[in-house]
Parts: sequence; C-alpha cells; structure tokens
Amino acid sequence: MKIASKTQSAVELVKTALEKAHQYQAEYNIFNWINDNAIQQAEQIDAKIAQGENPGRLAGVPYALKDNFLSPLGETTASAEILTGFTSPVTATAVKKLEAEGAILIGRTNLDAFAHGSSTENSYFGPTKNSKDTTRVAGGSSGGSAVAVALDIVEFATGTDTGGSIRQPASFNGVYGLKPTYGTISRYGVVAMASSTDCVGFFTKNSADLDLLMEITAGQDANDLTTLPDYYVTSKPQTVQKVGIIKDFDNDAVDPEIRQALAQKVEQLKAQGIEVIELEMPALKYALAAYYIIVPAEIASNLSRHDGIRYGFRSSESGDLVSLYNNTRGEGFMPENKRRIMIGNFVLSSGFYDAYYLKAAKARTLIINEYGKAFEQCDVILSPVSPNPSFTLGSKVNDPVAMYLEDVMSVPLNLAGLPGLSVPVGQTSAGLDLGLQIIGPRRSDRTIINFAKTLEEK
Amino acid sequence: MDVDEKQIAHLAELSDFALTAEQSTALQGNIKEILTYISQLDELDTEGIKPTYQVFEMENVWRPDEILPQEADREQLLALTQEVQDYQIKVPKVL
Repeated sequence: MKIASKTQSAVELVKTALEKAHQYQAEYNIFNWINDNAIQQAEQIDAKIAQGENPGRLAGVPYALKDNFLSPLGETTASAEILTGFTSPVTATAVKKLEAEGAILIGRTNLDAFAHGSSTENSYFGPTKNSKDTTRVAGGSSGGSAVAVALDIVEFATGTDTGGSIRQPASFNGVYGLKPTYGTISRYGVVAMASSTDCVGFFTKNSADLDLLMEITAGQDANDLTTLPDYYVTSKPQTVQKVGIIKDFDNDAVDPEIRQALAQKVEQLKAQGIEVIELEMPALKYALAAYYIIVPAEIASNLSRHDGIRYGFRSSESGDLVSLYNNTRGEGFMPENKRRIMIGNFVLSSGFYDAYYLKAAKARTLIINEYGKAFEQCDVILSPVSPNPSFTLGSKVNDPVAMYLEDVMSVPLNLAGLPGLSVPVGQTSAGLDLGLQIIGPRRSDRTIINFAKTLEEK
Repeated sequence: MDVDEKQIAHLAELSDFALTAEQSTALQGNIKEILTYISQLDELDTEGIKPTYQVFEMENVWRPDEILPQEADREQLLALTQEVQDYQIKVPKVL
C-alpha cells in the first residue's frame, strides 16, 4: 500500500483520497460520513516525517471504517436510524491500533443496518452500488468498505464478518477480504451483532497488506475477554501441499462461471504440484439453517440494549416508558432487523427452544467436526464465496430467504470460528468480479494469506 | 410452519416493537417463510450430539477485581441522551 514518506507526503495521499471519496459518493453511496478534517491529521504525520520521528507502519495511509466501529470521529450509526445522532466517546481497540500506526480515517462506510444483510440494501441511508455495475449490489453487509477499496479511494478498509459480510462483498468487487480466526482481533468498540461469530477483518488490494494489518491489530485485549492469547505475530505460514474442494458445493445451484473459475484454479494448483482432493461434508448443507437460528437468537439479545434511553434516536411518540421502548424500536429498526429479532425471540421462546435453538447448537457441533475431519485430509479448503456474482439491486430485498441463501457457502466457517480469505479470481463474461475463498484451521491465518500468493500465480 | 397474527403480536411484544397493521402482515409472511427454511434442520440426525454454544477455547476468563478508569466520563455519557435533568437521564413516568 502507499505509505507516506519523504518523497510522498501524507497530505498528498489524503487529499487524493478525499477528492475521490467526494467524486464517487453521489454515484455509489459509499460513505455515511466523510472526514474533511483528515488533512490536519496528515499534516501532523508529515511533520513527524520531517522531524525524523517514527510516523508508524501505516503513516498517512488513507483508510475507511465500516460504520459499526466506535470512535469520536463522526457519528457511529451502523446505518440504522436507531443509532442516528450517536457520536461515541470511546474508540474501538482496532481503530486505536490502526491510528497509533499513523492510518488516517477518510470516512465511515455504509452497511446493512446492524450488519443484517448481504447486499447493503438494508441500510437506512440507501444501498451502496457495485463498483463494476451501478445497477447491481455491492454485496454486504460491509458493502461500502468493499467499494471504497475497489474504487481505489482508500488503501484499506475495516469490516466485520458474522456470516460472510467481508468475504462476499470482497468477491463482488474484486478485492481481498479477510475474516480472521474467531477471537484474533478485539471487538471492543464494535457494534455487536452475534457474539459467538462476530469477527473484525479487512479489505485490501493485495494479500501482503492483510499480513501487515493483522500484525498491527491482532492480539489479546483486556477490554474484550473473548480475544485469544497472541498468536499471529509469532505464527509461521505452513506450506500448502494438499487443497480440499467441497464436493457438496459443486452443483447446479452455483453459477457456472464460478464453478469454472474454481475448476481453473484447481488445474493451476495441480500444475504447481499441489494435490487437490474432494471432500464430502454433508452437514454443511444444514449450516445456513443453523446459522439463521443461532445468529438471530444472539441478535435478539444484543439488540435489546437499543431502547432510546441512553443514546441514539428516541421516538417523539411516547406517553409512558413501555410506549417509548416500543415506538423507538418500532420506528428505529429496519424491517430486516425486526425479522431477525423476532426470529431470535421465537427460537428462544418456551416450547420452541429445543426444536430450534438446541437443535441448531447440535448441528453446529457436527459442522465443526466435519471441518476437523477435512483438515486431517488437507491443509486448506478452496471454495466459492457465494453461489452467484453480484445481483441486480432490488431483486432479493423483499425475499429474505433468497437473500439468506447468498450466505450458504460463507456461514459454515463462521459457526466453526475458522479463518477465511476471499481472493479475486477474475471476472464473468459480463465483467462482474469473481472471488474464491481459502479456508484454514483455527490460527492458520498467516498460512491462508500466504497461500493467496500461490493462487495468484499463473 | 404456520404463523398466525396472534403469534406475530406475541413476538412483537417479546421484541418490544410497536408495529403497524401493514408491517405485521408483511412480517407474518416473511417469518413464515424463514421458519419453513430453518425447519429443514429436522432432517439432520443429532441424536447423542452435544450442543456447541460458542467456539471460544477458554472458559471463565476473569479480569482482576479492580476499579479501572473508564474511557468516557459521566458528562460525556449524559451528553448522548435526549433529555437530562438534575444530572440524570430523563425518561417518561414508569409507574
């Protein structure tokens, strides 16, 4: 990535980024907020460089923040009406680490409200458009971040991936998207969706940048007791000798051009001397159903805090406390937020808990076991990210099950806490971006990032 | 799986939502479709399988029982709310 130095000033980098941000905003709706004060921060970086001080590993690097990361710069809305007006007094750990290395915030990017969605159409601020075709979706939920990197506005952007929200928009826009091992990067200061699968990750233009961002942000955090003891910085990439392909995902439900892209990569790997084996993983077929039970249950719990009392939007129609809660939540949540909260309350409610929530938790065990068996046979798995490339705006937004099916190949690894990296692998005949994901065992993040380079070789 | 209006009203109550009649009807259709989809889990044999609720490898991670300085002070937190009176958040009457 472009880093400020004596020959390339932070002010120049930031100025260019801001100009592009404003230039593309009207057409693509990428940002919820643009940081027009970024130049002042860039001047401070340049002053450090001039004085011979260490400006940090990300000196003057323009970056974008998915608008569900808390920081006092701009309102943190999660693209939801119920959080409008909320400027956080606290800063997410990941943001602190990036800015301590000199990264400069250009803007806060659009998402499906509370990261509920796979197209960025569920945003209170309207959809973000695909970087290659503005009649199509950016993917989601981190659509704005993917497009900000794809259009070369910023050098990298943050995202969150609960069930594919980094990998799918990365694949729809021809950029790299990493969802690390569960627990690698602190979630302190990130708007919670589903705590047992939420992960912080990144969008970049190449795999080497992911490695640098992981070195900077990974690590245990006293403010997030679900962070793993540090492992990333000391980990070594393993040589990949065997790659697994999931047979259960190779069927007519997957777009022929995606299947062809996978087949081409398989041939390439074989020519590179890597063994490719077929894996049978029959429980993965049920991962999406299990995910859409477990995740809504956690959403119902996590989103109960949004009550209009302490921060954000409050309904003006309220005679008493109960109607204040009901009207604030009724007006402030998007339809998809409501669906998920209601499904969550349904699967947790008396009489349905065993049949749904408990059943899904058992299915989760079977899915984890299947990955365990798979990684006894291969070093990494190569798989499509989604069944299709970017789809037309509006085509799925009123059909929640069709939208959920977008996630069918991305959610299984979230349930198992595994790392996944979406890598661009070319375009369709119509010029839409295609991506494939590399999946590895827990803590194999460095291996999958390194393997992306093997995949890029022709 | 069939979902009737009464169940939608019950779920809305559990979720603390005020819904218009139009919203309720739309949600009823959506929720029925989603429940039909997720009900396919019935096919999966989970006999004798232990449930997994989280994939974190550690249990009961405690921090020392010490009072730590907080990033935001009381003034900053009060500034986030809509109405403040006497250094406290003002809400409609509870009783």
